[in-house]
Amino acid sequence: MQNKHQTLKRRIIFLALPVIFLMMFFSCQSQEERDMMNYRSNGQSLYVSKCQNCHGANGEGLGQLAPPLTDTTSLRLRKQLLSCFIKNGLEGEITVNGKTYNEKMPAFPELTDMEIAQLIVYVTNTFGNKQGHYPYPQVTRDLESCR
Amino acid sequence: MIKRVIPFFTVLAVAVLASCQQSAKLPVYGSRDVEPGKTDTIYKTIPAFSFLNQDSVAFTQENLKGKIYVADFFFTSCSSICPVMHRNMKTIYDAYKGNPEIMFLSHTIDAKYDKPWRLKKYAQKLGVDDKQWQFVWGEKKDVYAIAEKDYLVAVQEDSTARDGFIHQGWLVLIDPDKRIRGAYDGTLPEQTAKLKDDIAVLMKEYAK
Repeated sequence: MQNKHQTLKRRIIFLALPVIFLMMFFSCQSQEERDMMNYRSNGQSLYVSKCQNCHGANGEGLGQLAPPLTDTTSLRLRKQLLSCFIKNGLEGEITVNGKTYNEKMPAFPELTDMEIAQLIVYVTNTFGNKQGHYPYPQVTRDLESCR
Repeated sequence: MIKRVIPFFTVLAVAVLASCQQSAKLPVYGSRDVEPGKTDTIYKTIPAFSFLNQDSVAFTQENLKGKIYVADFFFTSCSSICPVMHRNMKTIYDAYKGNPEIMFLSHTIDAKYDKPWRLKKYAQKLGVDDKQWQFVWGEKKDVYAIAEKDYLVAVQEDSTARDGFIHQGWLVLIDPDKRIRGAYDGTLPEQTAKLKDDIAVLMKEYAK
């Protein structure tokens, strides 16, 4: 009887170990990483409702009508401009991944700075991009210098 | 006793379900009529039309003679449902590219802005470079009338809508006898896939 009890105890400890390890792992995540995860998941639903029609479910773009969002260099180079593009729309020529696009992108003035930040975090950390967090005060700053 | 009956009913249920899915022919849509003194049903058909295509050449029903085609209504500056509609429609176009029995016909509902040269540019940018997919322009009243009365697609100019128009994203399937055989929501990939399959069913019906 005593023996059986011991085995059970050992088994419980054995099962609990992975759970403890997982908890340790997650507690190691920094506040920034957790913020980023939250931004990204909100950004995803915003992307589906505002961007996906033209830019595609996999960020592949649409022919020469809408540029892809998979070219991480283009996104990185224009990171400070993305807020303005989303808030005010975009007109004129733009080169992405060596291809030229010249269609009008609609403006989304209804989006808040936070929502724009969430979109930027989603796009720049999906479709093969991995550019990290972009907190909303940065969007506020970016929007002040829109042309 | 019951145990012996169960397999029988299972087989029966499967047979009934299977027979439901195997509809060999697509339905015919629209009102129908019978000419006095005759027995043949008269189906609703798409009337004759003449529009300008992306090459500024008249495109009429004659150009669609004996063909199955998919019709829709859009405008090039549309940022809501048109891009996704044409993204989905393009997958069907790519699947049937080069097939002389199938055509695609997109009507612009923005007669003021979408002149043929603009349609041409749009087509090229979408990746359409042949005559199998026609982008046509017509007077507003003609296009709106054929949309609502004949293809049964609602279109409307509306200054309160984001891009100035509201319209439905139906892809309408027309047979060589000019009858409507299906309407599919072009914004949904599942419905577009169904359209692709239904074109094959319709081709079989007209295969000689």
